[in-house]
Amino acid sequence: MKFSDEFRDKDLIRDIARRLQQLGGKPATIMEVCGTHTMAAARFGLKELLPPPVRLVSGPGCPVCVTAQEDLDGFLALGKEPGIVLASFGDMLRVPGTGTSLEKERARGAAVKVVYAPLDAVDLARQEKEKEVVFFGVGFETTMPATAVALQVAAADKVDNFSVFCVHKTMPGALKALLSAGEVKVSGLLCPGHVTTIIGAASYDFISRDFGIPCAVTGFEPLDLLLGVESILRQLSEGRAGVENVYTRAVPAQPNPRAQALLAEVFAPADAVWRGLGVIPGSGVKIREKYRDFDAQSRFAALLAQVPPPPPTACCCGDILRGVMAPKECPLFAQACSPSQPLGPCMVSSEGACAAAYRYERD
Amino acid sequence: MCLAIPMRLVELEGFLGVAEVDGVSRKVRLDLLPEAELGDYVLVHAGLVIARVDAAEAEETLSLLRKLADEV
Ligand code: SF4
Repeated sequence: MKFSDEFRDKDLIRDIARRLQQLGGKPATIMEVCGTHTMAAARFGLKELLPPPVRLVSGPGCPVCVTAQEDLDGFLALGKEPGIVLASFGDMLRVPGTGTSLEKERARGAAVKVVYAPLDAVDLARQEKEKEVVFFGVGFETTMPATAVALQVAAADKVDNFSVFCVHKTMPGALKALLSAGEVKVSGLLCPGHVTTIIGAASYDFISRDFGIPCAVTGFEPLDLLLGVESILRQLSEGRAGVENVYTRAVPAQPNPRAQALLAEVFAPADAVWRGLGVIPGSGVKIREKYRDFDAQSRFAALLAQVPPPPPTACCCGDILRGVMAPKECPLFAQACSPSQPLGPCMVSSEGACAAAYRYERD
Repeated sequence: MCLAIPMRLVELEGFLGVAEVDGVSRKVRLDLLPEAELGDYVLVHAGLVIARVDAAEAEETLSLLRKLADEV
């Protein structure tokens, strides 16, 4: 695969790892913000290659994992109504809601459709005119433009039986909350490359400026990750904190202006509930008034108001998303909880820290 | 959900295209990157092309990596 294989060169990985051994004198805790980083680091065994005092911890960047239980319960509740079709990315299917999941509801006869793109859900609505199709809008800034386009198309073509249950989240607000809480002493952040194509590297300036933490905008191949770690260790050893882009082949100096305009037209900033982090002001979006007719939370407000709040759970995903616990420290890990019997989203999602640890890091 | 692999644009018609990697092809939209050209490597997210992969920058990163490796 072009632009992938070159960045998986085993000899080069080994050499760069050796170079890092020279840089990594002092203990450092580096948070990989993005779930895809977590998975790549586990898959390529990068933790073993890092100098011992350097620790990689997972952050809140798995969109499936940070989706709040009450949001998932609300979406699941809509599926119990006759005539409503739930459309979702495949990753959400097995995430346990309270007492059920999309997969279980589908087995019980609920209309649950997996879509690859939000626009596929609009097409579904065109085909099933007598049904209501509700799309679960999950994901960070990389996914939001696709939902925005779907809303625009639905509005332009008057696909009135389509709506979006919007739980999209924005990255900078969550990082700010996480760092302000100060539970984990983070020495550096690997920032998510693809989110950055949309929001721009300057969005992380506050992290280096206000918290003195070096950042590296990083790609998703093993050499990209090592280069990100190198950038952070070098900044630390030089006593600097800035935002360096080491993923220049995909992330230009300026964010995509069309994406910015698109998001601003469809979404307005809003507070959002994160699993493990609670409500974070300004860390999500809501669908603008203009598209209100396509907003599932407003269309089905009466139904959603009846959904009971979720009971407490023994799953520690919240702690894992905040970087204060490693998957293996959860007492349920690989015992009661495994990918075939997941108790929390971190074990379900292909980008979840528990799933990554289960697949690649069990002794 | 967050696939990170570059795909090659093999068909293009206005805002619509087809991108391919390893024999898997997908319909994509180019609302965010209408300037993309046939044969470009692009990053696709939930059916939308979100960025183009710049070959010159990729080469630059690789030479930086080789330089770092030589410093060992
Ligand atoms: S191992 Fe399972 S129960 Fe424990 S935090 Fe991870 S997903 Fe939750």
